[in-house]
Amino acid sequence: MPYIPLEEHLPGITGLLEYDKIAAKPIRELTQILLRGDSTLTEGERELIATVVSNGNQCRFCTAAHTAAADILLGENETSKNVKENIVTSPVSNKMKALLTIASMVRESGKAVTKEAIDKAKTEGASDIEIHDTVLIAALFCLYNRYVDGLSTVTPANPNFYKGLAERLRDHGYNRLSHGYDHLKTDKSTVA
Amino acid sequence: MAYIDLQNDLPGIRGPMEYSPETGKALNELAEILLHNENNTLTRGERELIGAYVSSENDCFFCQNVHGAMAQYYFQSDMQFVDNIKKDYHTTPISDKLKSLLTIAGSVQKGGKYVTTEQVEHAKVLGATDKEIHDTVLIAAAFCMFNRYVDGLNTWAPQDRQVYVERAKMRAEDGYANMNLKK
Repeated sequence: MPYIPLEEHLPGITGLLEYDKIAAKPIRELTQILLRGDSTLTEGERELIATVVSNGNQCRFCTAAHTAAADILLGENETSKNVKENIVTSPVSNKMKALLTIASMVRESGKAVTKEAIDKAKTEGASDIEIHDTVLIAALFCLYNRYVDGLSTVTPANPNFYKGLAERLRDHGYNRLSHGYDHLKTDKSTVA
Repeated sequence: MAYIDLQNDLPGIRGPMEYSPETGKALNELAEILLHNENNTLTRGERELIGAYVSSENDCFFCQNVHGAMAQYYFQSDMQFVDNIKKDYHTTPISDKLKSLLTIAGSVQKGGKYVTTEQVEHAKVLGATDKEIHDTVLIAAAFCMFNRYVDGLNTWAPQDRQVYVERAKMRAEDGYANMNLKK
């Protein structure tokens, strides 16, 4: 049960972003820029960074949500599964392996990022802005994971919930829905 | 030296914020709402102290000195006051409520799941509101992002701690939103 009163039909991060819409605005904007803005990394690749960090932080809600988002964007569900198990043997490019390795270091601590890991990414063709965005996406998910679990929000058990959430993230990105979230009150998949 | 060419020589977070202004603007708007906005029952000093404490736990030199100096400015204290809180806040002359919030912030720094029902209940018994608990968790989580952004890109930081103290008044007056990064 959440530590503060949140709307029951909005589990995980959504209830928090609706609880404090003022703070939610720049958080949503930052996420939209990083995960959906112009980038030489695909939306699917950027969702994989979010997935790996959330999985490393053992945030079940965020891991399930961004796994589902990566799957729907990549059109398959093997890659997300594999990067969570082992980055090195996963079916992504060498550049992505290097960036996911940097993201995992950021998750541990900013100071854990090594020059060797950065040099490796550059050797594999990563640009400065791709490295910048990888670090900031990983850092942002360290915020999200702590926000979601630090206030003990609800994690739905029903996989259909994450499928619906992933469709919303594909179609609307991270912007707040213009009509809000009251339509989800009839959604039975939100139950823990 | 920063791991990427930031195309500027600004210290700490201001380097990557100048390099990537769109994300920089959102980050500063978040800092403004969490730390500087007047519409909050936690004082600016209390909120800056949470940021300084989490940054210290994350061993981020730049952030703990920027926000430690901000807390010092608002509390009208000396550097020792903030240093004592970073070292062991239990023995410092701050309110029991603020101590209970720093405990929650310290748990968030380790990981969201480290926050316990007992810690939250204790803060509520000492008078912390739901919103104050929410803000404490979000400020701590936000600094886990800021600290990683600063150190993950290996930005440089002035080593003279007095530099941060001297800048605090200007930042307190100007706030974080639409910050002139070069000033």
